Formats: sequence, C-alpha cells, structure tokens
Amino acid sequence: MSFFKKLKDTFAQSKESEEISDKYKEGLSKTRASFSTKLNDLVARYRKVDEDFFEDLEEILISADVGVNTVMTLVEELEMEAKRQNIKDARDLKEVISEKLVAIYAGEDFGKQVPLNLQENDLSVILFVGVNGVGKTTSIGKLAYQLSQEGKKVLLVAGDTFRAGAIQQLSVWGERVGVDVIKQSEGSDPAAVMFDGIKAAKSRGADVLLCDTAGRLQNKVNLMNELTKVKRVIEREIPGAPHDVLLVLDATTGQNALIQAKTFAEATDVTGIVLTKLDGTAKGGIVLAIRKELNIPVKYVGLGEKMTDLEPFNPEAFVYGLFSDMLTEE
Amino acid sequence: MAFEGLADRLQSTIKKMTGKGKVTEQDVKEMAREVRLALLEADVNFKVVKDFVKKIKERAVGAEVIDSLTPGQQVIKIVKEELTALMGGEQSKIAVSERPPTVIMMVGLQGAGKTTTSGKLANLLRKKHNRKPLLVACDVYRPAAIDQLETVGKQLGIPVFSQGTEANPVDIANEAIQHAKDEHLDYVIIDTAGRLHIDENLMNELTTIKNNVSPDEIFLVVDAMTGQDAVNVAETFDGVLDVSGVVLTKLDGDTRGGAALSIRAVTNKPIKFVGMGEKLDELEAFHPERMASRILGMGDVLTLIEKAQDNVDEKKAKELEEKMRSQTFTFDDFLEQMDQVKSMGPLDEILGMLPGASKMKGLKNVQIDEKQLVHVEAIIQSMTKKERKDPSLMNAGRKKRIAKGSGRPVSEVNRLLKQFEEMKKMMKQMSGMQSGKKGKRKKGMNLPFM
Ligand SMILES: Nc1nc2c(ncn2[C@@H]2O[C@H](COP(=O)(O)OP(=O)(O)OP(=O)(O)O)[C@@H](O)[C@H]2O)c(=O)[nH]1
Ligand SMILES: Nc1nc2c(ncn2[C@@H]2O[C@H](COP(=O)(O)OP(=O)(O)OP(=O)(O)O)[C@@H](O)[C@H]2O)c(=O)[nH]1
Ligand SMILES: [Mg+2]
Ligand SMILES: [Mg+2]
Repeated sequence: MSFFKKLKDTFAQSKESEEISDKYKEGLSKTRASFSTKLNDLVARYRKVDEDFFEDLEEILISADVGVNTVMTLVEELEMEAKRQNIKDARDLKEVISEKLVAIYAGEDFGKQVPLNLQENDLSVILFVGVNGVGKTTSIGKLAYQLSQEGKKVLLVAGDTFRAGAIQQLSVWGERVGVDVIKQSEGSDPAAVMFDGIKAAKSRGADVLLCDTAGRLQNKVNLMNELTKVKRVIEREIPGAPHDVLLVLDATTGQNALIQAKTFAEATDVTGIVLTKLDGTAKGGIVLAIRKELNIPVKYVGLGEKMTDLEPFNPEAFVYGLFSDMLTEE
Repeated sequence: MAFEGLADRLQSTIKKMTGKGKVTEQDVKEMAREVRLALLEADVNFKVVKDFVKKIKERAVGAEVIDSLTPGQQVIKIVKEELTALMGGEQSKIAVSERPPTVIMMVGLQGAGKTTTSGKLANLLRKKHNRKPLLVACDVYRPAAIDQLETVGKQLGIPVFSQGTEANPVDIANEAIQHAKDEHLDYVIIDTAGRLHIDENLMNELTTIKNNVSPDEIFLVVDAMTGQDAVNVAETFDGVLDVSGVVLTKLDGDTRGGAALSIRAVTNKPIKFVGMGEKLDELEAFHPERMASRILGMGDVLTLIEKAQDNVDEKKAKELEEKMRSQTFTFDDFLEQMDQVKSMGPLDEILGMLPGASKMKGLKNVQIDEKQLVHVEAIIQSMTKKERKDPSLMNAGRKKRIAKGSGRPVSEVNRLLKQFEEMKKMMKQMSGMQSGKKGKRKKGMNLPFM
C-alpha cells in the first residue's frame, strides 16, 4: 500500500477528527523520530560512506522528481560534510542526512500549511491556471464541493471557451456539487466570460467565485498574454482580486513543472499550487524545487477523480511520501 | 531557468582538456557525469540513464574519444548516435486489417491527450489515407468526455459512436464494431477513459475490451512532460495490454521530453506519432534523431526547416532568391518575408527551435523582439513606394518624415536602413555560396533577418 493511499485512508476515516490534524501539525517531532528510525535501515544497508552510497541517495531523490539541482546540491553538501567530519561509517552520517532531509521541508516556513486567502464576508475570487490536462477543471469541482460543504455560496465560471467539451465538463461538475455555472458559448472571449462571472457573483452575493481557464503550454506567448488579460479583467472589477491564483500541476510532470511555475507566476502572480494525481505512483517532488526557487507553496493535493479527493497539502506527509519507497524497502 | 543542454554542459570540461594533448580516463569520467546530468534534467529515468551512461563510457574509453582531437564533439556524437539508436527507426505506419474495420484502441493516464489524439488520428486517416473512420466514446466516467469526443467529431465531420454514460464500455466497443461494419466504415478508433496504471479494476476493463474487439493497434498516449514515473506507467500499460505503439503528446511545449527515451527503453515499442498542438491537424510522425537532439538540448533545426517549408510559398521563395542574386531586393520584399516568417508561428517558438537559443542572452527577451518587428513594419510602411525600392534616396528630411509617420525615433530608422544594407551584403554572399550546388537548397531557408 502506497504511503498516500494510507494517508488518504486515514483522512477518509476521520476527516474532521481533531486528533488526526493535531497529530500532523504537532507531529513533526514524531515524524522526525520515525524518520530517523527508517534512516537507520537505510544506513544499515551500507557500511561505508562511498560513492555508491551517495549515488543511491541521489537516485532515491531523483526518482521522486525532486529537481536535479536541488538533489545535487543536497548530496554535495552531504558529501562535504562527511569529508569535513571524516565520516566513513554510514551510521555516523545518519544524523547529518536526517538534518538535511528535514531541512528540505522544515527549512524556513515550509513546514507550515498555507491556507486559501478567503475574504471574510466578501467575495473571494480564485483563478485556476495551468498547462493542458493537469486537472484544473476537476480541482475546481472538488474545491467547489469542499467550500459548499463548509456552507459557502460558490459560483463557477467557465473561462475555458476553447477546448472541446470544456464548458459541458464544468457544467457537469456544477450539477454534481449543486452550484451554478456562469458560461457563454464555445469560442467566446474568455475575458468577457470572466466579466459575466464577476457580475453574477456580485449580484447573487456569492462567497467564492472559482474561475476555470483553458489549459495552455507556458511557451505560447499569445495564450499567456490572454491569461494576463483575463486576470486584469478580474483585478479591474474587484480591487484586490483574484485573491488566489492557483497553478495546477500534475504530479506526473518532471522537471518542466519548474519552468511552468516560473512562467505562470510571471504572467499571473501565482499564489499557490494544486498538485494533482498524487494517487498514482508519481511523487511530484519537483514542488520542492519550486518552493525553494520561487517560494510558491502547495495549497492542495489531488488524490483521485472523485469530488472528495482533494486534501490540504501536508508538508511533512508529503516529504515522508517522497522517501516512502526507500523507507519501506526493508 | 531553461536547462542547459549537453553541449553547454560539456563546455567547461572540454575547456579544461584542450591544450593538455591527451584525454585521461578522469576526463571521460567527468564528461560521463555531465551526460548523466543532462539526461536527468531532461527527465530520462535514472535507471535508463545509468545503463546508458555505462555504454557511453565504454565507447569513450575505447579509444574513440581518447585519440580524438575534438573529444567533446566526439562524446556528443557518441551520445547522439546511441540515443538515436535507442529511439528506434521512424515508424509512423498505421496497421491495416485484412478484414475491415481496422480497430485502434487509445489508452493512457488521465489527461494525457487520448481524446484529442483520437480526433487527430481520425483526421489523418481520412485526409492522408482516404479512409472512413469511426470515433467511439468508451469513456463513460469523466464528466462530459462524450460531449468532448462528439464536439471533436463534429469539428471534423467524422461520425462518433456513443451510447451515453450508463452503458458498459465493453458493450459500446463491441457494438461500435458492428456499427462500423454496417456503415462500411473501415477504421474504428476507441477512446477510453484515462486511468492510473495501478488501478486494477480499470486496467482489467481495458483487457476485456481488448479481448472483445482484438484491436490491430493499441496506442499508449503519454504526455511528453512526464517525469521519472514514465517507466512505471509504460511498463505497466505495456505489460497488461502489449501495446503496439506510443503517441507522445504536447511536444509543442518546451519540455526536453526525456520520457520518450525512458519509454523506449522499458517497452521497446515504437513511438509512432507526436502531438504538436491542441488543434486536430497537429499530429506528426515521430523522428528519432530530432528527439535525440531535443533531449540533449541541441535544438530542433530540422523541425524549423520543415516549418519553413510548410509556410513558405515556393514560387515566392524562388522570386526572392532571384532578387537576392540580382541585388534588387527591396523593402517591400523585406516586408513580405517578414510576413512569411510570422506565419510560421510566434517568433519565440521559432527561436526556441534553434540550437543554443535558450542560452543566448539576447534572445531571452524575444517578446520584445516581436514588438520590434511591429516597429520595423511601421517604419517600412511609412516609406514611399520609391523609398522602399531605392533606399539610397534617403536623406535627413525623408528620415524625419518616416520617423514621424511610424512614431519611432530617427535613430531606429537609421538602424533599420543600416541593417537592410548589411543584409543585402550578406545575401550577396549567401547567394554566391548557394549557386554552387544548384537545386539542392531547401526552399524557405532564406531568412536573412533571423
Ligand atoms: N487520478 C487522478 N486523476 C485526476 C486528478 N485530478 C484530475 N484528474 C483527471 O485528469 C484528467 C484531466 O482533468 P481536467 O480537470 O479535465 O484537467 P484540465 O487541467 O482542466 O484540462 P484542460 O482544461 O484540458 O487543460 C481528467 O480525467 C480528470 O478526471 C487527480 O487528482 N487524480
Ligand atoms: N498543446 C497541446 N495540447 C494537447 C495536445 N494533445 C492534447 N492536448 C490538450 O491536453 C488536454 C487533455 O487532452 P485530452 O484529449 O482531453 O486528454 P485525455 O487523455 O483524453 O484525458 P482524459 O480523458 O481525461 O484522461 C486538452 O486540453 C488538450 O487540448 C498536444 O499535442 N499539444
Ligand atoms: Mg479544463
Ligand atoms: Mg479523454
């Protein structure tokens, strides 16, 4: 059973349970403890701290799609540290590794969860952006469900007027969740649809407006400009909006996700990431590099195709997941 | 942030070596490390990289590099050769069944591009091979998946077989085949729902469909941006279904696409097509050597040439060439040529295909360049007909008028005039060179201002 399956099950069993969330919030020390126990197993497999040892460590991280640069830096630091302290036995390196690994996520405030920037007693606008097929529309459906469950009045706007069936797809999600969808016909101007959406959200007194956009590859300048324009319409209509711009990333994506994050951030001031498809075998480790280089936090993870398959991002659990294979190999 | 290509990576190692006269094993080791990093950054799976680098090292140490005067080039050559060999040959043929209809099944992870590619294949079969395809909507899970395929069918004018979301995908597939027979349609393309390779139930569903309709082709559709997990996905899908080929989508992005190599290495199945855009005619044959260059970050010159060929009118190109040779190239011709280049796509995309373009500092701001093109256009359009034909007429007064008309400073007008003269000189040299090998030259390669 994969770690995330376990995590998912745990969450599914006791979703509202304070116990669980407390366990995760305060459980850092506990995670660390179990981390080091597991690390014991790893270093036990090796006697000597040699090239092979570091190469294996490198590979574990790389196989999780952790950015190549991030990995190389980390391992180099470890190698230097080993040399400096003249460590030869793998067991003696354990502490250092543990520290460095934990620092990947506990460094600065990476350990903290970053919630949505929801406005109290006022309309919040959330714009979803990302490349093709990553899960923007589905994530909107899931988030709409979650926010509705919390008693918020949610409205969706079908800003993808390009892809075949995109408007119908969002409409099905609207029906499923029980929220309205503002739309125009296929091929119409996405900025105009956004304008309609905002108008409707205001007049109907919605709490949250979730805006879908068409998938676009970040190297298409025209399409990126279009997205900037869409955002500008929102800014113009509501000062301070969009309150969140969520970049949706597919966990299956490799190094390109870093370029995606950079380019979309330039075009739309991304405030957070939704990391989808973590229910597969991909680990999505590239978000570590994104956090490190661009300081964009992950806010949600997608764990399936159902309405309920969206969870707030839990950094400790995530990093633990990166190493789950290595940790359970024994 | 664009990742360094292999050539860039090897630069520093090579610099260290030149002048030393002899390449040591340590040098080879260092170069091997750079090869490894370049491949990892391109998302090639680390296990695949490991085997690959081992092979490279063996060949490199085996004298080929050690004795070479240009060891860096030699390493790149070896890497490219091995990579191209691993990629396999060009195989964009689609099976034809002796007893129609020929059945094609599309499988893959969620959002990979199955539905879009189904449409593209149908389009290709009809357009290039004069076939009558039927699209079949077997995705009963994803919201509006059927609507999507039906919209695609409508856009193409190709029939879509669907039975709503209540029907069973296996039954839909079976009945679609019968329907195709009744209607004398000769290809059936089955669009299935996206699924995780670890989802046993849904993988079993695919097996059942396969056993029922005995497809002539099973295409695994994979997103070119896929990272390390590509091996797990490809291995499992191929293990369960024994796929006949792979389609790599979204290659119009700026990913290196190392997944292609991973997939080849673990399945040994041919990559048959690549998706080059969202539109339904943006499906191309897979070219192994281009993919090899791309993974290594060496640019995609061949695609660029092909794009130019597709977009440049041959007759016009001939005329231009003649003008270049006879030195009668005018600003009007210049404008026309600019239009042709623009029709090839956004300038930054075109430049992205040039080797090393990502590394050239000046090219980082290509968006500005695009604006400059607009300025250039404005300046030329503010010239009189006579001035466009004969720039030697230019004097201070005329320049001022042009500057005013185009809303650009005089200095910019001057710069353009100078560039134009230089370009003409360059053309003279180029046409001199080309006249030597007559007829060999590829059309569309005369892009002097790029
Ligand atoms: N397994 C899994 N599938 C997901 C997840 N999120 C989305 N999907 C699936 O991924 C596919 C693409 O999702 P969409 O929501 O259509 O993606 P999109 O980004 O809106 O796509 P475009 O609008 O075409 O760019 C669908 O089949 C979704 O069901 C997830 O967390 N896990
Ligand atoms: N830029 C680009 N986009 C593509 C390409 N192929 C597909 N897409 C886009 O990728 C997204 C997903 O494509 P779909 O055809 O819906 O993918 P799918 O595999 O059928 O998705 P599911 O049915 O949800 O599993 C859509 O936005 C497509 O327009 C391509 O070659 N280039
Ligand atoms: Mg969408
Ligand atoms: Mg589909």
